[in-house]
Amino acid sequence: MSIENTEIETDKDLRFGLNRRKYVYARERFIHGILLMCALVSVFTTIGIIVVLMLQAIEFFKVVSIIDFLTDTQWTPLFADKHFGILPLLSGTLLTSVIALLVSVPIGLVIAIYLSEYAAVPVRKSVKPFLEILAGIPTIVYGYFALITVTPLLQTIFPTISGFNALSPGIVMGIMILPLVTSLSEDALRSVPKSLREGGYALGASKLQVSLSIVFPSAFSGIIASVILAFSRAIGETMIVAIAAGQSTVLNANPLNPVSTMTAYIVQVSQGDTPYGTLAYNTIFAVAITLFLFTFFLNIISFRIRKRFLAVGGD
Amino acid sequence: MFKVETKNLNLHYGTTHALKGVTMGIKENNVVAMIGPSGCGKSTYLRLFNRMNDLIDNVKIEGEVLFNGKDIYNGNIRVEEIRKKIGMVFQKPNPFPKSIFENVAYGLRVNGVNNKKFIEESVERSLKNAALWDEVKDDLKKSALSISGGQQQRLCIARALAVEPSVILMDEPSSALDPISNAKIEELIYELKKKYTIIIVTHNMQQAARVSDRTAFFYLGELIEYNDTKEIFTNPKNERTQNYITGRFG
Ligand SMILES: Nc1ncnc2c1ncn2[C@@H]1O[C@H](COP(=O)(O)OP(=O)(O)OP(=O)(O)O)[C@@H](O)[C@H]1O
Ligand SMILES: [Mg+2]
Repeated sequence: MSIENTEIETDKDLRFGLNRRKYVYARERFIHGILLMCALVSVFTTIGIIVVLMLQAIEFFKVVSIIDFLTDTQWTPLFADKHFGILPLLSGTLLTSVIALLVSVPIGLVIAIYLSEYAAVPVRKSVKPFLEILAGIPTIVYGYFALITVTPLLQTIFPTISGFNALSPGIVMGIMILPLVTSLSEDALRSVPKSLREGGYALGASKLQVSLSIVFPSAFSGIIASVILAFSRAIGETMIVAIAAGQSTVLNANPLNPVSTMTAYIVQVSQGDTPYGTLAYNTIFAVAITLFLFTFFLNIISFRIRKRFLAVGGD
Repeated sequence: MFKVETKNLNLHYGTTHALKGVTMGIKENNVVAMIGPSGCGKSTYLRLFNRMNDLIDNVKIEGEVLFNGKDIYNGNIRVEEIRKKIGMVFQKPNPFPKSIFENVAYGLRVNGVNNKKFIEESVERSLKNAALWDEVKDDLKKSALSISGGQQQRLCIARALAVEPSVILMDEPSSALDPISNAKIEELIYELKKKYTIIIVTHNMQQAARVSDRTAFFYLGELIEYNDTKEIFTNPKNERTQNYITGRFG
């Protein structure tokens, strides 16, 4: 009697075990499926954006030749005398971005070297949150900071500077991307193996010599990758330049003059009263695809360099 | 007089008492092998002499470390000067990501030498002394990372020789290498001993017996026995030494 009983129970247990395993298996597959869908959503969104951009840009290039687009030095699609040369927007974008790099790269590298090689642990731990706060400020705040604070300050130094100019948003953009440069460069510096530093010290090198002639060159490709990423971020930045850089229709290399960037132009048109579907409206897609290609290639280059760096830079 | 010596030396890493009252002297042009189980303080002891332990936080050192009779932890002595005179070779080859030439020239450059001819001669001499010259003389511009591990370790030795130290510290210099590279390093130590005082940490008893004049056995941070290598290996006085060299523990 008792024997029978136990047998039945074992059988039950076994069946329960099997069911349970099936259940776990099904649940795993379900979760896997959801995760895959999430991943696919981002892939399809990207593809969707590219397709829409392409289609609309094609409409534009049916009317305007790509040669004109790349070589004309005027950009006046909203005027009566229409010109569709991207160069003024390109120069405006490059001008503000290069100014941003000139500000952020030297300062960012000095901070990164300080944090990785010199700072005591408590200092490092308290500086990092500050940088993160800097990174968390909304760009519209930076934009008005450029327009209301930095430009008037610059006017005391350069009396000829216009109220809207490339210099002020460039500098402020540099402050905005400073955390990016600092934190990626610091990661690169810190991933240089300790044994290399010790090798330098053991030969009588000072801390500065070890930092500059061993650690820095060893982390160089990682640093370059961070600079490129910062450049790509500056090129894509919109709000600061839309607020403080002004608008310009001609090719210009003087940072004291107003400039249009690609991003600021897109804001200007999409917020204005240009009717949808017109040639003037389609310009924003031509500009957007140029912008996209630019940042896309910069990101790929940065990614490549970083991958190579991780392959050789590890211990 | 000893070339280097420690007197009643105690070292703490935070709460770890890593060296306990070590008194030991090393004569000029001697090769001293340091043996003992893992974690007994061999590397810590070695790193006292070029003040590498200074790079670690929370280290407390008591006692004296003398080089040519002078205390190297005296505040008046620049640590860079000491490291120039007491060179070091690490367990894993750690060439800089620069050319072979620049690796050897590095120590000279950071010590302010600019004379091109002097640097070239010194690089050649150091590579010859490290028995590497014949293998790399045509590729001095090649990256140091492109040569084999054994060659890299000899490059690191050349790099240490270039600044003309009088003492060389070696922390398991051939443990990461193949037997042939290992034999080359041992031959090299034999040559170098004519001009330099060498302290070498090793886990390899045969290596200790082959290359050293004297052997020091460490155990749990204490110097248990220090004597002529022949004595240590044929007639150890201490039971723990005997157990260790016969492989009964550690
Ligand atoms: N940087 C450090 N911080 C804290 N403790 C340390 C540090 N380095 C070593 N120690 C401790 O000091 C003791 C001695 O270590 P050491 O590296 O000198 O041993 P070792 O004899 O060289 O060992 P091995 O043969 O494994 O290289 C060990 O207990 C170790 O855990
Ligand atoms: Mg060790």
